Amino acid sequence: MGEEKEETLKFTCIVCPIGCELIVKKVGAKIIDIKGYKCPKGKEYAIQEVTNPQRILMTVVKVKGGSLPTVSVKTAKPIPKAKLLEAVKYLSKLELKPPIKIGDVIVDDIVGTGVPIVATRNVNGE
Amino acid sequence: MKKIYADVLVLGAGAAGLAAAAKAKEFGAEHVVLLDEKEELGGVLPQCIHPGFGLHYYREDLTGPEFAFRLYEKVRNLGVEVHNQAYAIELIPRKYDEKIVRASSPEGLLDIHAKTVIFATGARERQRHEIGIIGYRPIGVYTAGQAQTMMDLYGMMPGKEIVIVGSGDVGLIMARRFALQGAHVKAVIEILPYPGGLTRNIQQCLIDFGIPLYLSHKVISVNGTKRVEGVIVGKVDEKLNTIPGSEFEIKCDTLIVSAGLLPRVELLMRAGAFMDPATKSAVVNEYLETTIPGVFLAGNALVINDLVDYAAEQGEAAATSAIKFIQEGGFPSCVQKSVVKGRNVRLIVPQLITGENDVFFYGRVSQPEEDVYLKVPEVGMKLRMLRVKPPEMLRFKIRKKQFENLEEDKITISVEPRSEG
Ligand SMILES: Cc1cc2nc3c(=O)[nH]c(=O)nc-3n(C[C@H](O)[C@H](O)[C@H](O)COP(=O)(O)OP(=O)(O)OC[C@H]3O[C@@H](n4cnc5c(N)ncnc54)[C@H](O)[C@@H]3O)c2cc1C
Ligand code: SF4
Repeated sequence: MGEEKEETLKFTCIVCPIGCELIVKKVGAKIIDIKGYKCPKGKEYAIQEVTNPQRILMTVVKVKGGSLPTVSVKTAKPIPKAKLLEAVKYLSKLELKPPIKIGDVIVDDIVGTGVPIVATRNVNGE
Repeated sequence: MKKIYADVLVLGAGAAGLAAAAKAKEFGAEHVVLLDEKEELGGVLPQCIHPGFGLHYYREDLTGPEFAFRLYEKVRNLGVEVHNQAYAIELIPRKYDEKIVRASSPEGLLDIHAKTVIFATGARERQRHEIGIIGYRPIGVYTAGQAQTMMDLYGMMPGKEIVIVGSGDVGLIMARRFALQGAHVKAVIEILPYPGGLTRNIQQCLIDFGIPLYLSHKVISVNGTKRVEGVIVGKVDEKLNTIPGSEFEIKCDTLIVSAGLLPRVELLMRAGAFMDPATKSAVVNEYLETTIPGVFLAGNALVINDLVDYAAEQGEAAATSAIKFIQEGGFPSCVQKSVVKGRNVRLIVPQLITGENDVFFYGRVSQPEEDVYLKVPEVGMKLRMLRVKPPEMLRFKIRKKQFENLEEDKITISVEPRSEG
């Protein structure tokens, strides 16, 4: 194995609307420098983003016999980015029954991430 | 015809209207009536299922439906009289403290006699013909809001191969929604040389999903007679004219138009309110009162807000003014000074001030710029800003005290490079 190369990654911090431009230098898996953040949350985010990028997922799940045909849902916490599409696919196969209340847990552990899916709106019976 | 009396009548139950109705009731107004044409309250919020709402107002990151639910619970608990599926069709100013709003509702026509009226009617989306896209009118052309309603309220997919016109936050957020639902988003087309939305949305909505963004490009026409088959896209020059020979086709079955919002204030215009061509809404003073006494504006109906927090804040401000109007029997007529737009300021509200109150200003620049001063020379104000961009609203406060030495009959708001002083 040869020397591991130094790599520079540039991306925007998505933690708040200011959107700082982050610059991370790393060698292999090791981070050697982080620049561009204006607050500690940005630094945390930069580390997270290069080691294990995560996102909050939001989508809708079908509801049968409700006041609306869908309920909007989100992951209670961010989940690994690589799992987003798998999670959407899983959720698109579900069909729920009303009533559903805001904050109800729809799935305890979405695609093995350990993170629950919660409802973000109320759906009553027809 | 049913007759209703109101101290404060709020038109539109989006973030601004819900916040206004709650505030009016909290301040002790007896009859607060809230009217909305839709069945579900919340305006655009129930269909905005992504997080990013309420970071300022609730200091929490909520989704649209969650934000709406909180405001709605408050309105319900406070005992606001709500009429949904009621569409306001006319505003008839009678006396300074009596306006009639006529509405069509499931109970028939309503005539609401109100001391004060708050317009929180939101905005409508610009349609494809308003941005000059030609061609047939096949199935498969939707505004971003229509697509959002189909997907996030009714669970239907508008199409599989998507092109989006407009890179404002709404367009970017829809690109991500389509990508997450398994559609192929082939391009986001933006006529200007810079994106219309926040940089974080470019990152988390486009770069995350490998969606290409074409800056300085426009959609010229739509191909397909029955269903959309593709769009013709061309590069534009600085004057936004298509460069001949630069045209190419992108195959798709769906075109999403996300080309900005226009305040819904036809009723105000017909009732004779003085209008501002920059905001495309009515002129207001610092009470958010239009030139029709006792008629106020808030939320996207007043000025297109990028944050729901500002819409709610304006709703509360308008309600506070309405209560003052009722308690004091109208505002004393005082000399109003005008707020003039200076360098790199495209729009500003309020357009009139008395100089007798603290005032919150909301504005937008015309051009992105870095390292600038926001200046109001008449009151000696100079605020340093790292950068300004058209999609990010300027919001700042001038205190009553700062107006004390104001001699001119105007103030001028401008954005100027720091190097020039
Ligand atoms: C797709 C999208 C994404 C957004 N994302 C974010 C975000 O991430 N974070 C954030 O903070 N903000 C976001 N915003 C902005 C924010 O949602 C809006 O600024 C805010 O919700 C506007 O509220 P409003 O009350 O002014 O208008 P609206 O929500 O439009 O409400 C107006 C209401 O008035 C009703 N109405 C209109 N005319 C009449 C009439 N004549 N009679 C009766 N009723 C009438 C309408 O039906 C509607 O219900 C987003 C907006 C959109 C469209
Ligand atoms: S680094 Fe801090 S200030 Fe900058 S965008 Fe991230 S959270 Fe916001």
